[in-house]
Amino acid sequence: MSGAVGGEASNLGGATPPPAVDPRLLVRESGIRGYVDDFRRRLQGGDLGALPVAIGLVVIWATFYGFNHNFLTPQNLSNLALQIASNGTMSVGIVLVLLLGEIDLSVGSVSGLTGAVLAVLNVNQGMSAGVAILAALAAGAVVGAIHGFFFSRVGVPSFVVTLAGLIGWQGLQLYVLGKEGTINIPYEGGVAALTHTFFPPAIGYAVGAAVVFLYLAFDVSASRRRVKAGLPSRPVSEAIVRALLVAVAVFVSIYVLNEAEGLPLALVIFVGFVAVFDWILRRTRYGRMIFAVGGNAEAARRAGIDVRMVRLSVYILAAVMAAAGGVLAGSRLFAVNQSSGGNNELLNAIAAAVIGGTSLFGGRGSTYSALLGMLVIGSISNGMYLLQLDSSVQFMITGSVLLAAVVIDSLSRRGRQSSGRA
Amino acid sequence: MTNVLELRGISKRFGAVQALTEVDLDVAPGEVVALVGDNGAGKSTLIKVISGVISPDEGTIRWDGKPVVITRPHDAQTLGIATVFQDLALCDNLDVVGNLFLGRELGSGGVLDEIEMEKRARELLRTLSVKIPSVRIAIASLSGGQRQSVAIARALLGQPKVVLLDEPTAALGVEQTAQVLDLIERLREQHLGVILISHNLADVRAVADRVVVLRLGKNGGDFRVDEVSHEQIVAAITGAQDNVVARRQARTVAHGHPSSGAIEGAKA
Repeated sequence: MSGAVGGEASNLGGATPPPAVDPRLLVRESGIRGYVDDFRRRLQGGDLGALPVAIGLVVIWATFYGFNHNFLTPQNLSNLALQIASNGTMSVGIVLVLLLGEIDLSVGSVSGLTGAVLAVLNVNQGMSAGVAILAALAAGAVVGAIHGFFFSRVGVPSFVVTLAGLIGWQGLQLYVLGKEGTINIPYEGGVAALTHTFFPPAIGYAVGAAVVFLYLAFDVSASRRRVKAGLPSRPVSEAIVRALLVAVAVFVSIYVLNEAEGLPLALVIFVGFVAVFDWILRRTRYGRMIFAVGGNAEAARRAGIDVRMVRLSVYILAAVMAAAGGVLAGSRLFAVNQSSGGNNELLNAIAAAVIGGTSLFGGRGSTYSALLGMLVIGSISNGMYLLQLDSSVQFMITGSVLLAAVVIDSLSRRGRQSSGRA
Repeated sequence: MTNVLELRGISKRFGAVQALTEVDLDVAPGEVVALVGDNGAGKSTLIKVISGVISPDEGTIRWDGKPVVITRPHDAQTLGIATVFQDLALCDNLDVVGNLFLGRELGSGGVLDEIEMEKRARELLRTLSVKIPSVRIAIASLSGGQRQSVAIARALLGQPKVVLLDEPTAALGVEQTAQVLDLIERLREQHLGVILISHNLADVRAVADRVVVLRLGKNGGDFRVDEVSHEQIVAAITGAQDNVVARRQARTVAHGHPSSGAIEGAKA
């Protein structure tokens, strides 16, 4: 240990240019060798990140492509993007709740209720699409505030509060919809436009270029500031390599979507939510509070964080995201009915978050898991629909995938513990 | 010298247990006050009262001579009271920087300035000679001593006037204990008030100016360290001359000094 300490002292001294990578550690070497070492260490340490999901997704896509070549056509992938947008948006809210180490069982019912609010206001009352959408989101916020109040102030376990919500809000949904039980949303109109707008190819590529440029700019400027502050940083070449990988992923996706109808607005909304919430979680004080409460609520409280405020606000956000999902679902299907939000929405949203790598035990995860996990679940249901498999088979396979995801979560947690990173 | 913190008549009850009864405590700037007492004497409860984790049922707290009410940890922090709890209160899932700045992150408009925080964290840990592999690894990866160091460093980050240390050396090795004691002396040089809970009377006598003894939730004595013997402190902690420790002391002393066998003789 003493030898390593000497090395650290010189490193922390910061006198030696360029700022060296800490010799004792977990910061990896630069270059390809560094990536390989880092990868092997993370594999051994159970810190798998998004790797199992990415591999799983490739396997699933290859399998369905093997059975039916239509699976990987641009049109079907475009459909897939639209199918996952609404449920994926709900899953973003679930990720926030899971980060606290809690659960929200009501997102399906809340999405149904807010969809009903949207349809009644927009169709029956004749309000403009914008007002109706805002009202639906506001209804979600009120619902979330009620959950949050009973959980954070009264102290009822979140499981029970949201289970009551699951039943209660579905009842309110039926009441709001009235006797007919189904409200059709006009094909032409602001609400339907949400999920039936496709950007022309040029705009699609422009959006993609902007995303890649912003990614690179943030990465490089962060590296520069670290060098300036005398902190160890990764070379710019690595930032460019990462940006290239992102560019390939983004432009291939946009190319495929352009081969169909173009980049769908709904996908932009969903991915936009994912990116914005990821930024909030990792780069803002509020996001840090969420991680702290999920990691050790007592420590967070002693550090002066208002734990009850954090919990209340996360439940509000989760319900607002559920409402946004409900709006997107109503828009895509041109209708809200008594079973809206009451099918697989809840379980898919939770399963997506967990499959994507957000821990059920709190304090670990990312909103990108909602995107990845939803891609997995969406691909399975889309593929099985193409293969015209019975829904019985579909349920069993989805259940197995969820179980596999939780097993991976539990095993990697054990791996982290044995390598001292739990 | 005026006291920075004065507690008067602090009482706290948990159900049927009277944890604290009419406890007084003063701390002056640049003074290290050791709070000692047996298990269950109320030391940790008193620390929690001062740091705002629990509210006292009765009693007054004065800060710089003015009465204050501390109902939340945030209140104590705002006044300038920093606490290192025995269970350290760190978030395992956050890295060292995240834990150091927890609850008082740097940045503007709610956006974190990670680079400035990392820079200051490295400077702080260097000035305290805290040895950890990297400021960007999760707390879960650190050893017990390293966690204690991070917890103490965190307490100093808010530039407090009073630092509460709840058994800071209990889990540490010889070298780390010495470092913590050095650290406490450095706090005194900076005119901070320090309240130190410890079971280790050697540590207490090494760094403290004053020893306040709690016994069964009440004040059991208040001594200047240079005017009190080890035995007197033990007697105050255990509460009487006639107890296991005193009898044993008397017995062992009796072999060398027959005259002090009087107590033993009286018992027999």
